[in-house]
Amino acid sequence: MVGLVVVSHSERAAEGIVEIAAEMAGDTRIEPVGGDGQGGIGTVPDAIREAVDAADDDEGVVVLVDLGSAVMNADVAIELSDAEAVIADAPVLEGAVNAAVAATDPSATLDSVREQAEAARGMEKL
Amino acid sequence: MSGNESGVSDSDGAAVVAAVEAVAERIEAERDYLTELDSAIGDADHGGNMARGWAAAAEAGRELDDPDPQTVCKTVGKTLMAEVGGASGPLFGGSLVFAGAELDDGVTAESAVAFAETYLEKVEDRGDARVGDQTVVDALTPAVHTFKKSVETDGLPPLDALAKAVDAAERGVAFTVPIRARKGRASYLGWRSVGHQDPGATSALYILEELLAVAADALGEEVPDVDATSPTIPDESAAEAADGDAASGDGD
Repeated sequence: MVGLVVVSHSERAAEGIVEIAAEMAGDTRIEPVGGDGQGGIGTVPDAIREAVDAADDDEGVVVLVDLGSAVMNADVAIELSDAEAVIADAPVLEGAVNAAVAATDPSATLDSVREQAEAARGMEKL
Repeated sequence: MSGNESGVSDSDGAAVVAAVEAVAERIEAERDYLTELDSAIGDADHGGNMARGWAAAAEAGRELDDPDPQTVCKTVGKTLMAEVGGASGPLFGGSLVFAGAELDDGVTAESAVAFAETYLEKVEDRGDARVGDQTVVDALTPAVHTFKKSVETDGLPPLDALAKAVDAAERGVAFTVPIRARKGRASYLGWRSVGHQDPGATSALYILEELLAVAADALGEEVPDVDATSPTIPDESAAEAADGDAASGDGD
């Protein structure tokens, strides 16, 4: 299955988003990662790489990210990782829920999951 | 027998470690000011993140046994990426890992230009930022362009070229004040980011100032005067006047 990683500046936010997305995720591997490694707000490439590797079972990983440095550090992590991973250009919570649903499709691919995550950009709430 | 296998002068690697130590000390000294700048437009973590990262980087550099410059850059860059915990990790550190490869034949004026250009290119790519976005790119771009021109076109000695680069970075930092942030956390403030000096650009200036001081020390020369209001182009009339004086031989 395509795996998912949720990167947030806050470890608790990442865990919370995963908690919500996991309701729809079936058996999908979905890993939260966040924080500066010192208990503070931030993101660290090595930690993200570990999450990417943990989410990967050879079918690739879609990475959802929150703000600025999460994108850059996820980029670095993907370069460091052996897994085939891509960042979805999507809002982190809605994208994670969409991706979780998409990943449960038996015919899901890395591209289809990313596309569904990115479809969350156009979601209207009212 | 040296542990250095690259054939590059050991003193170059030692000078790069000395530069990293000087940067770590400077960033620590400016930590509160950098955080103050960042708290006005960002998330108030720049000073702390950079100080922690550079302290760890200096430590990692010191532990290397007789390293060449490329190895120092790689180690320091990776340590910054691991320890900074924010965008400055990949920007300042990640770029250093790549740019360090330009120093595999040692530190010369030419390899320093190649290093500087690669560093800037990596910062721009990783941050997807260009001049005018109110980021570190606003300090680095004029510094790198001025350094390259000073070395390649004006034929200035490397130390004078680096001093020109510091001048240019200082002007770049000043340029971040009256413009609107388009990248980074400050961009969320929209027009309210106008009027604030970018912390990342400020850090880049401090780093360049320390590189200049360490380079002067390594070359056994005085640190050239740095003056952000000095002309980017060498003052030819002054040079001609000086030549004239020398030629006329009147020692007034």
